[in-house]
Amino acid sequence: MSDAAGSRLAIETSGLGKSFGRQRAVDDLDLSVPRGSVFGFLGPNGSGKTTTIRMLLGLAAATSGEIRMLGEPMPTALRSVLPRVGALVEGPAIYPFLSGRANLLRLDSADRHASSRTRRARVGAALDRVGLSHASEKRAHAYSLGMKQRLGIANALLRPRELLILDEPSNGLDPQGTREVRNLIRSLAEEGTTVFVSSHLLSEIEQLCSHVAVMSAGRLVAQGTLDELRRGATRLTVTTPDVEDARRVLTELRLEIEPAASDGAVAAALTDVLPETVTAALVAAGVRVRGIAVAGETLEERFVALTGEGFDVAG
Amino acid sequence: MSQAESGRPLALLSSELVTLFRRRRTLAMLGALALVPILIAIAVRVTTAGNSGRGPAFIGEITQNGLFVAFTALTVSIPLFLPLTVGVVAGDTIAGEANLGTLRYLLIAPAGRVRLLVVKFVAAGIFAIAATLVIVLAGVAIGAALFPIRPVTLLSGDTIGAGDFAIRSALLVGYVSLSLLGLTAIGLFISTLTTVPVGAMAATIVLAAASQIADALPQLSAIHPWLFTHNWLGFADLLRNPISWDNYGQNALLQLGYIVVFGALAFGRFSTKDILS
Repeated sequence: MSDAAGSRLAIETSGLGKSFGRQRAVDDLDLSVPRGSVFGFLGPNGSGKTTTIRMLLGLAAATSGEIRMLGEPMPTALRSVLPRVGALVEGPAIYPFLSGRANLLRLDSADRHASSRTRRARVGAALDRVGLSHASEKRAHAYSLGMKQRLGIANALLRPRELLILDEPSNGLDPQGTREVRNLIRSLAEEGTTVFVSSHLLSEIEQLCSHVAVMSAGRLVAQGTLDELRRGATRLTVTTPDVEDARRVLTELRLEIEPAASDGAVAAALTDVLPETVTAALVAAGVRVRGIAVAGETLEERFVALTGEGFDVAG
Repeated sequence: MSQAESGRPLALLSSELVTLFRRRRTLAMLGALALVPILIAIAVRVTTAGNSGRGPAFIGEITQNGLFVAFTALTVSIPLFLPLTVGVVAGDTIAGEANLGTLRYLLIAPAGRVRLLVVKFVAAGIFAIAATLVIVLAGVAIGAALFPIRPVTLLSGDTIGAGDFAIRSALLVGYVSLSLLGLTAIGLFISTLTTVPVGAMAATIVLAAASQIADALPQLSAIHPWLFTHNWLGFADLLRNPISWDNYGQNALLQLGYIVVFGALAFGRFSTKDILS
């Protein structure tokens, strides 16, 4: 990977893998997170999202592969990279016996580059930004889940960051809180911060993100801009009595036919081929067409198509 | 970026100390340690038969001189109460943060793994000094309140005044807290092995007890000089004139050995550990 590419990308991994014993939690992951993007990191429970984030932040060592963050190799350059990165990893963590403010003061003092002189002011500003100022002197064990979540986000914002890694930022928040977090991420992105956000809430991702990657069972199954991912998701359905002929025509057009179409219909994902080309080919082949429909899938349908329908957690 | 600026070099240590000493559990342990001399003094005061020739060292002298309350309390606390409290603090160092999940946020701050270990060890060591100091100060205070204060007669027969007594008490606090540093290092290492702080605390305390039991078995005399508890009660030399430093130096060397070995083990474990909590 070249340095030029490294500077354009906020996060870049190549062949990243992590094994726990015989189980591959993350396998051959090539992530490219462009600077300035709001990058949605999707995947079912247990698909390796949090393990990936732990490796990015130097909390866990990769079994294989390389990581570059903000243009520098990780975890080699951990000491110079991490001060520029704010993160919320697998939920907030608090000292229950300290107040919200004291929690942030403590975590900020762990960063040796964080100025002691401005510490109180920065903590106050971060609390303000997540709307926690009024509760900042309360002991954190009295905080609700949503307040703890806000405190965790405030911790990520203690200093101006070039990159924010937010694992499930809306977890436990009420609708107003979710909306606030969404607005907060938008305003941070406008300031030029790259935001890498993992979430289960597909509608959230759809509203927020410019780029998306999808994980399934430890592997990356899709990556690109939100539009690219949606474009791959356009679906063509032909209703016809001549199912066999229609199938043959679509196959000749190199369309991938979905196996589970209903009787009298053929469905395929529309990638490079235009719908009018398909129609012309069907007519030329003498296929009797009752109806033809082109529908963009929702991100959710696309997500389920990529990661599987099952409710079981990938083991 | 504000990279050019930097925090005070000891910011993390002072934050650690504030967190440790503001915690109710820490204050409760220090309070319990302060109760040891107070209970001893009250017990001796209300029972007239103070000098039966039985009981812990120095207890007979208390009625003659209140300053001996501190020594008695320290002797009583060394086998159990002090290792108990030090075991709680040392066992909690890393495992406690891992259990709360705050360990991951400290590390991505980034605190630096080695720096965090050193800060945790130093803070636990400062707790050991504080714990010892609390016993001595509470002992002197309650002794002065309930008994006459006289010049102290040393084991060698010499008599010393208040100033010399203060110096020797400081040396004694130094000796006893130094004695606890090996245990602190062991606790720190055990704490890097688990995310369950109670387990690390219990294991540390059990090791302190096991070492004292081994030290009491004559069959194991070959290993006695190498046990970290071996010199725990060997501070009598500080109560002679002139002071014999042999034991002090030997103990310091032994504790240093334990700090180096278990510090290295803790480093080896923690510097490469995957933080998954």
